Amino acid sequence: MVSTVVFWLAAAVAIVGAGGVLLAKHPVHSALSLVLNLAALGVLFLLLHAEFLAVVEILVYAGAVMVLFLFVVTLLMAGTKTPRDEGRFRLAYQYLLAGLFGLILFVLVAHALVGADWMSSLAATNAGGSFGSIAAFGTALFTKYLLPFELTAVVLLVAVIGVIFLGREHGATRK
Amino acid sequence: MVPLSYYLILSALLFSIGTVGVLVRRNPLQMFMSIELMWNAVNLSFITFARQYTNMAGHVFVFLVITVAAAEVAIGLAIIVVVFRTREHADVDELNAMKG
Repeated sequence: MVSTVVFWLAAAVAIVGAGGVLLAKHPVHSALSLVLNLAALGVLFLLLHAEFLAVVEILVYAGAVMVLFLFVVTLLMAGTKTPRDEGRFRLAYQYLLAGLFGLILFVLVAHALVGADWMSSLAATNAGGSFGSIAAFGTALFTKYLLPFELTAVVLLVAVIGVIFLGREHGATRK
Repeated sequence: MVPLSYYLILSALLFSIGTVGVLVRRNPLQMFMSIELMWNAVNLSFITFARQYTNMAGHVFVFLVITVAAAEVAIGLAIIVVVFRTREHADVDELNAMKG
């Protein structure tokens, strides 16, 4: 009963946050709405017995990634007018077309996810004992899925090298 | 206990909102945030299916997705900063040349 209330609250907050990202005029407001959305998703993860990932979602996403976003937004947008959304290249009826496309996409994806035959057995089987606990997650990560986990180190290394490369002072293109 | 299909519908809704955001916004930072929205919508459906089949593989995959998303954000924001450095406006429609 409590989990039902929590689900609807978190779902409403997540949708409001997503709408904020979509509609906010200034990138800072978009970023803060995204933090709201991510926090609500963390609650939903917790409801689905994904304890570790709920914490990771809050710490890494709403924390680290969004701090990076806000840092770049404040670095770039400070003192500038709010960026306009009416470029010279704007399509006619762009909002209408995008909204229509989004609606069609939602219907199709929702139908594909929920309408298929194999979903008929989706009666939320009781989670067995240790499912979703941090111990179970760690066991899966460090035994069966050790290689993919090790490969993320390469991904992060590539990211670090790439950012250092992009962020260097280049003499040739400096203005 | 809410039926798990509600989670999937919420996930589809968030994904669609993210898609519309990418289509509508012309500020690269806001397009980026919409893409983050889509990442997380997919994560939610991964975790829902993991819950349905009580299989930890979904959780591990979400963990990997979050790692890749963090790397993507770091590199993407670095590119945006470089682009901003050479131009006054960052309207993606005006970025039509690869050469800075």
